[in-house]
Amino acid sequence: MGKRPIRRVMFAVSAAAAVTMYSAIVPVAGQGATTYRAPRTKDGRPDLNGFWQAVNTANYDVQAHVARPAMALRAGPYGPVPAAQVVALGAVGSVPAGLGVVESNEIPYKPEMAAKKKENQDNWLERDPEIKCYLPGVPRATYMPFPFQIFQSQSQVFIAYEYAGAVRNIYMKDPGEAPVDSWMGQSVGRWEGETLVVDVSGFNDQTWFDRSGNFHSEALKVTERYTRTGPDHIRYEATIEDPKVFTRAWKITMPLYRRIDTNMRLLEFKCVEFVEELLYGPLRKRPLPR
Amino acid sequence: MCPQRYRVTAWLPLLLVFSFAVVATVAQDVAKPRTPWGDPDLQGTWDYWTFTPLERPAEFAGREVLTKEEASQLAEKLHKGAVTERFVAGDTGAYSQEVWTDRGDKVTALTQTSIIIDPRDGKLPPMTPDAAKKAEAHKAAGGHPVRNRSNGVGTDDPEDRGVAERCLLGFSTGPPMLPGGYNNNVQIIQSPGYVVLLLEMNHDARIIPIDKSPRAQGNLRQWLGDSRGHWEGDTLVVRTTNFTDKTASFALTAFAVGSAEHLTLIERFKRSDANTLQYEFTVDDPSTFTRPFTGRLPMNRTDNLIYEYACHEGNYGLTNMLSSARAQDRSAAERK
Repeated sequence: MGKRPIRRVMFAVSAAAAVTMYSAIVPVAGQGATTYRAPRTKDGRPDLNGFWQAVNTANYDVQAHVARPAMALRAGPYGPVPAAQVVALGAVGSVPAGLGVVESNEIPYKPEMAAKKKENQDNWLERDPEIKCYLPGVPRATYMPFPFQIFQSQSQVFIAYEYAGAVRNIYMKDPGEAPVDSWMGQSVGRWEGETLVVDVSGFNDQTWFDRSGNFHSEALKVTERYTRTGPDHIRYEATIEDPKVFTRAWKITMPLYRRIDTNMRLLEFKCVEFVEELLYGPLRKRPLPR
Repeated sequence: MCPQRYRVTAWLPLLLVFSFAVVATVAQDVAKPRTPWGDPDLQGTWDYWTFTPLERPAEFAGREVLTKEEASQLAEKLHKGAVTERFVAGDTGAYSQEVWTDRGDKVTALTQTSIIIDPRDGKLPPMTPDAAKKAEAHKAAGGHPVRNRSNGVGTDDPEDRGVAERCLLGFSTGPPMLPGGYNNNVQIIQSPGYVVLLLEMNHDARIIPIDKSPRAQGNLRQWLGDSRGHWEGDTLVVRTTNFTDKTASFALTAFAVGSAEHLTLIERFKRSDANTLQYEFTVDDPSTFTRPFTGRLPMNRTDNLIYEYACHEGNYGLTNMLSSARAQDRSAAERK
């Protein structure tokens, strides 16, 4: 073998290396570019382990909104006032404003489905599953005002939510179609570079996206993307598809913040006990006054 | 230029030694797998059903161990008994063990004669005199809080029912975990510094930090307590305290002893082979029992997935128990 072919090989390898390094530094347009390369787990994946929490008011309303007196309103003499059941809460029951987390701020309901959203809002106290401490579903679990913890090993990803002790297995190997519908759906994950992509399906039709009556059918599919954008931040994206309810897919995006409190841990929020008076109070032998 | 030819005879013994080392390493990894960060790997879904009872039955008094034949005969006998039982509940038809419970289709028993291995008689130690007095007083005063998992003290209020009927905890998930009617599954997830025990019932994730961080300030008490873990060789040792008084010191599906406020629970998990996890627990509560006691049972690896146990979301049972009791109250009042 002569010396020239070796030199050609070496040049090609160097050029390839240079191109690779250059691509890693320059953000690729169109991906909401991040230049951050997350620390790796011992098996070489971006490390999502830790405590995370959304800090926004998406759980009240995923769309942009100004503050309002309460979730449950009734006609007052000069405009809406809190409904009788919530007026005693005063400002504690008021709804804070939000910049909105929905891309282009539009939720594309089919015309006949928009009416159902309004019905949900008008009957919020009876219909919002959060009030009954029911499992929050996906993506609502992510932006409940409680922390959650991501556990990542070489074989699985698991998320434990403080709210109602909700849990999700993210299967890194697709187990096939979900055998039965569930509140939290069945999650299948894969890595795309720096991003954990999770496809969630097999939902029932019982959860909402927020307190504002945004809902779905059992045909819902959610695609989540978790991407570290810095030492203490994740960019969270969720694409919602439900051909029975929406005319097209729509997407929410928000940062997730690492909870860096000393000795941080999830505490119990077993709200099932807290809603017993609400759900079973009227069935007591001696009901309390309501 | 032609490549050099190496002398085959020099390489061969080295190759053999190398292959042997690789095979030996792989064999060791299969039996004692490690996570990428070096902890023993206990991950997977584990099924802890067995017919073996908690306490040693009278027929095996004095015997700690059965032969394998005796164990499988025992399992067959108990299985047959289970599937020929028919609980006939009014017009709703028979409640089939085969369909609903693990007694119906998992015919396994251990060679231990009881899950309790210490004390050596395989029995629960007695309650302290003080605990026995408290239990009497508790019962005389109406039995609240009801610490049983199932079976309550009445149907006047939801608080009259067992904590599992109220979907607050699982039927026999304790802790410690013990075989119950169904859903005898736990999934173990690990990440650096944590082990998670996902109890199928009631989708409860027991999160165990593997560190010496202090317990939360304020002596906070929780339904599932506050756990810390550490490794002793290949064994995960979990120490849990800070339970509330709303659960028993020790409970199975149908009975509950004492209150958990002063309970220190030690659990040990060790992989005994690729498909078996050895689980051992020690209940140490001097305010309830005269001495600590220890149980041991294997958990068997399963490829089945843990399903969502949305207990509260589907809790028609509690609604129906209370509303039917109110209907009975009304007809009794009308008859007067």
